[in-house]
Amino acid sequence: MEDVAIIGVGLHPFGRFGDKSALDMGAEAVRSACGDAGIEWKDVQFAFGGSAELDTPDVVVNRLGLTGIPFMGVYNGCATAATALNLTADIIRSGQHDIGVAVGMDKHLPGALTADPVDYGAPSWYGDLGYFLTTKFFGMKINRYMHDYGISHETLGRVAAKGFRNGALNPNAFRRKPMSVEDIVGSRMLNYPLTQYMFCAPDEGAAAVVLCRADLAHKYTSTPIYLRATALRSRRYGAHEVHATWAAIDQDDSPTVYASKAAYEMAGIGPEDVDVIQLQDTDAGAEVIHMAENGFCADGEQEQLIADGATEIDGPLPVNTDGGLIANGEPVGASGLRQVHELVRQLRGQAGDRQVPGDPKVGYAQLYGAPGTAGVSILST
Amino acid sequence: METVPHPPDVFTWPSDEPQLIGARCPSCSAITFPMATSCPKCGTPDLAEHLLPRRGTLWTWTTQDFLPKEPYASGETNETFRPYGVGLVQLGDEVRVEARLTEADPAKLDFGMAVQLVVVPFREDGDTTTVTFAFEPVQED
Repeated sequence: MEDVAIIGVGLHPFGRFGDKSALDMGAEAVRSACGDAGIEWKDVQFAFGGSAELDTPDVVVNRLGLTGIPFMGVYNGCATAATALNLTADIIRSGQHDIGVAVGMDKHLPGALTADPVDYGAPSWYGDLGYFLTTKFFGMKINRYMHDYGISHETLGRVAAKGFRNGALNPNAFRRKPMSVEDIVGSRMLNYPLTQYMFCAPDEGAAAVVLCRADLAHKYTSTPIYLRATALRSRRYGAHEVHATWAAIDQDDSPTVYASKAAYEMAGIGPEDVDVIQLQDTDAGAEVIHMAENGFCADGEQEQLIADGATEIDGPLPVNTDGGLIANGEPVGASGLRQVHELVRQLRGQAGDRQVPGDPKVGYAQLYGAPGTAGVSILST
Repeated sequence: METVPHPPDVFTWPSDEPQLIGARCPSCSAITFPMATSCPKCGTPDLAEHLLPRRGTLWTWTTQDFLPKEPYASGETNETFRPYGVGLVQLGDEVRVEARLTEADPAKLDFGMAVQLVVVPFREDGDTTTVTFAFEPVQED
């Protein structure tokens, strides 16, 4: 199996961009990634495009050049971007092609995402009666977790405050205004215990990554970043998941736990080796839970770790250094590639004001979302 | 006046002691809610109807404090919206089900509290009242 290197990353800022289409944002992200890799679009041998809103992300090639390459569209819930990355890497690992692009792009309407519950395996009445909300699931999950492991409301506020503070250092972020823990905890309750400023917002944006066979990477760059592992998992019987009318009493772990273990195994490293972390923070509670689900601490240790500043950019466990979903929002198809973009910048030492000190060598990214799907990627210098 | 149950086939109605209608897998015995076309644990089709215990305990909960977007169909507006509780209710040793709670005040909800199934009004349209299932807190016997 061939090893895979990341030789270029590109990002269209996340936020709101008027009439600008997701395809235009996607094309800009690809051009930027190709520029970063020092290649042209015509050098790209294949691509995967991820999007929640676009039926045919393939149309982005109309803006980049009609070179005839295979272009595959993917959608896999909130793990869409991790899926595009995983599949792009797999094609290179298999030896089928040497150089490919993973791109994600989306343009969501403001407010919580919605759809037909039947498409998510729920009955149609699940929507009529007011159950079909991801935010409500996250409220239930963190409420129980806080009860079981002694996590405070203030900790949720601190997670969101860190997100906004890091977002203020990131010119590509959507929300760049720092907020106090008190204002976050005291803002409008949406789904107890989660308040307005503890949630990310669906928004707009695009991100792209150029991958190539690791043994060719030095042809293009002096600073290749190696993609050491990619893993995707769906939910098992016993996991309490988004958009479920029921849950088994005999509990099993979330798909994140399984994806994380598989990725560590594939990379041959453990959580103690990771220097920069990107976690799915759909809400502040999700970041807290995901710290433990991805092996960075035991359940309950987050309370003290976060109070001590461990997850800050200069802490021992820097989490969501670019502001995460809380500051960047979530264009679903692009979100996981935004994480990879940030990790690559950090591992190259190009993260500017938000650079993690101490020459970080290993980065970790996790996605999780409806209907209970997770993706983990591990990168290293 | 006409009273219409919604959904029409997931709780016993009319009934003084309503119960949710779940499903039991004839192959692996997994109990799920509501009735489904196949077992989510083992994939076996042709599940058997199974009445769930009326009483249970609140495993976790949240509140819905903003008006959901469509397909929410309560007929409410931002001005008339009344927040509601949502819980994951453990029914004996059988299954946990997601359901509305009659209580939406966090101060009055607690982990492990006893709850029972009731049928409550959901929306009014002229002479028609749509009713649905919810769990209400009860004093333990």
